[in-house]
Amino acid sequence: MIWRYLARRAFLLVFVMFALTGFVFSLNFMFPTEAMLTAGVLPANTSANVLSQYITYCQQLLLGHWGTSLATQQPILGEVLALLPATIELAAAALLFSLFAGIPLGLLAAVRKDRWLDRLISGAALIGFSMPVFWWALLLIMVFSLHLGWLPTSGRLSVLYDVPHQTGFLVLDILRSELADKTAALSNAFIHLLMPMLVLACYPTTVMVRFVRGSMLNVLEKNYIKTARAKGLSRGQVLWHHGMRNALLPVTRQIGLQFSSLLTLAMLTEVIFSWPGIGQWLIDSIYQRNYPAIQAGVLVLSTLVILVNILTEILHTVFDPLARKL
Amino acid sequence: MKSVQISISSLLLLCLNGCQPSIEQARPEGLVYCAEGAPETFNPQLVTSGTTIDAISQHLYDRLLDIDPTDGKLLPGLALSWSVSADGLTYRFVLRTDVHFHQTSYFTPSRLLSPADVEFTFNRMLDHQHPYYRASVEYPYFDSVGWQDLVKHVKAVSADTIEFQLNQPDSSFLSVLATDFAAILSAEYGEQLIKAGQPNLLDSQPIGTGPFIFANYSKNQLIRYRQNQQYWQQQVHLPQLVIDIVPDNTKRLAKLLTQECDIAPLPRLAELKMLAQRPGFVVTEQTSMNVGYWAFNTQKPPFNQIKVRQALALAVDKQHMLQAVYFNQAEIAHSVLPPNSWAYESQLPTTSFDLVKAKQLLSEAGYPNGFQMDIWAMPVQRTYNPNAQKMAELLQADLAKIGVKAKIVSFEWNAFRRKLRDGEHDSVLIGWSADNADPDNFFRPLLSCAAAISGGNRANWCNESFDQLIGSALLTTEQQQRRSYYLAAQQFLQQEMPLVPIAHSKKFQVQNIQVQNISINPYGGINFASTTKSPRSPISGANR
Repeated sequence: MIWRYLARRAFLLVFVMFALTGFVFSLNFMFPTEAMLTAGVLPANTSANVLSQYITYCQQLLLGHWGTSLATQQPILGEVLALLPATIELAAAALLFSLFAGIPLGLLAAVRKDRWLDRLISGAALIGFSMPVFWWALLLIMVFSLHLGWLPTSGRLSVLYDVPHQTGFLVLDILRSELADKTAALSNAFIHLLMPMLVLACYPTTVMVRFVRGSMLNVLEKNYIKTARAKGLSRGQVLWHHGMRNALLPVTRQIGLQFSSLLTLAMLTEVIFSWPGIGQWLIDSIYQRNYPAIQAGVLVLSTLVILVNILTEILHTVFDPLARKL
Repeated sequence: MKSVQISISSLLLLCLNGCQPSIEQARPEGLVYCAEGAPETFNPQLVTSGTTIDAISQHLYDRLLDIDPTDGKLLPGLALSWSVSADGLTYRFVLRTDVHFHQTSYFTPSRLLSPADVEFTFNRMLDHQHPYYRASVEYPYFDSVGWQDLVKHVKAVSADTIEFQLNQPDSSFLSVLATDFAAILSAEYGEQLIKAGQPNLLDSQPIGTGPFIFANYSKNQLIRYRQNQQYWQQQVHLPQLVIDIVPDNTKRLAKLLTQECDIAPLPRLAELKMLAQRPGFVVTEQTSMNVGYWAFNTQKPPFNQIKVRQALALAVDKQHMLQAVYFNQAEIAHSVLPPNSWAYESQLPTTSFDLVKAKQLLSEAGYPNGFQMDIWAMPVQRTYNPNAQKMAELLQADLAKIGVKAKIVSFEWNAFRRKLRDGEHDSVLIGWSADNADPDNFFRPLLSCAAAISGGNRANWCNESFDQLIGSALLTTEQQQRRSYYLAAQQFLQQEMPLVPIAHSKKFQVQNIQVQNISINPYGGINFASTTKSPRSPISGANR
């Protein structure tokens, strides 16, 4: 049963990847030909028919020949691999934060429905939901960096720490480096992460609060909850054993759906905090008309979104027996 | 994006007066210099851009001669002493014999500095047989001073003496050797790279004799230098020097306030007053030899007509620009030469702002209804022009009054300079900072025919009589005589108007009060060799 489901997902993945590479390939023709030739993305033999060009293009992609950046004359794949970990680090931190803060708050609001606590949480969530990310970022910078002087305004680590780039994931790199005081470096990395993470987590957290609250309220209306209460289970037992498990099932799927907006917001956050990730790189590339880099950025980010979506779908199916029948 | 930046700056302005930030962390020791742009290369021979020179030259390299920052006189550098023959054609330099080259993970020097290194350095730009001659397309500064025609040969005459033989006398020759571009490279390293088959690394993995040693470079992010413990001139105090590349003006200011940077160049002039009032920061001001100008591409019609250029020059409201762009921290330029140059002539006729006369000249030139043109505004802030975009907008408004429709164009800085060199522009707002105290530095690199070929001449203007004037000025060392040649040259420019000088600006630098002994040369880069940084700032100490 589950294997058939996985096979169907895999088939879907192939189809989506075909559409995505097809689109990215078509950019070769929309962007200036000269630029794409210089970058080595477009095969020199343009007389061949489009299909065989597409196949060559996909082969090159798989072999890791993504062309060279027009801005730096470096291989694009290398740049992407160097920057992607920073984005993943930031996005993952924000996503985790949104889960750990959003779910309890949402549950709390649902349990205390229409009391002052619920009003407070829902109100705050609404404000957070409607606050533009760059405005929120600037407010935080103003208060915590410029006024209080607690947190740095940009980057991932104080530039005075010489941490050689190995994996791109800062925590791993620090642990593998030859620094004398690794704890200081780690805590420095943490205070650099704090503000971008809070800014980026704001939107997904509020979405999570509202979603979990709605989902929980929905579950609490269900007959099996009433039955459980009628059978004499305490309120806590009912909420814990029957309410929460069922209310949280749709959350896995929600994570996948939120991931694309999370990445979009990550781009803005990266620009504001000079976070050296792929979002900032992509935006710079757009300014510099660095076409091959734009192409690669679109490809990588879209692939990431698709993969995360499929992964959460699969997780959802594993957790939720009802979904498997579909 | 733009709106984001604007809101950041307005927020900062709100905050500047009241806040007291001090991020205190147990950080490794070192100095962070927040630069406004990334270097193009690590070899000063290959560039003229001030951004690159500031980031690399004084830290990594030494020159045969140095310039005294206070009076512009020449001081001994790697050369202990020098002598010039009576005919002005032979220059001999006695070198120091105690100078070590950098030892790094990629190079271990086996000997001290010798005349062979000087030979290697300067022959690279001279000798077509030199293994590195072809490694670069051009040597912009040396091309503009006519290095190839000027120097006959460079050769070692003894174990510690090097000789330059010139083809004709050149009174600015010693000044050329004292500029940041004339950095001395290692011949031994050059040979090692040739053997390894990687000659291009000479310009990206540098070896020099300067106070700091290259450690690593993350493109467009930061450069890390380490202390050179064997520096010949003095003990270097900073264990490391990090050049943090922060192109955004507001972010640079924010980093300075949060002490993520210790020193930053080019503060926005509008914020100077507020910065000066904050405890914990020092704003330093220097006179600087520079000029911001508006150059016309004289190869393109209608800018090939003198009358058109004169008309456009009359439409420049310098007084207004001084207020709006320079916040009165500059003075109006009447000539390319700044007033603190010895060849400056205060009696020179000036062009005033006169739209009626401009319109009249345009009609005489055959454009009674004006025309369309592009104004290229440089995308970065430089001392000589802190806000080219704003300046272009002011210009655009005034030009509209005489019927000239101007479009403002800008590109990313590297692309901008490349396109300028290729002569794709109609006119450009840009400028020049002097590299040495010699007035020639404002003429040959900017307006000679040689510079028109090598690309430093943004007006693409080549005039033989002008070249002769500035050439004659070099043949004599008699200052009074040179002065008269330069006066004639300035009058000639006033008439021909290939470019409109706009302002000579002062140079500012903001630094954390913990940092002491920075030497900033009005003729070039910044030097941290004797800089010290006290571990804790007085304000945050008081807060504890």
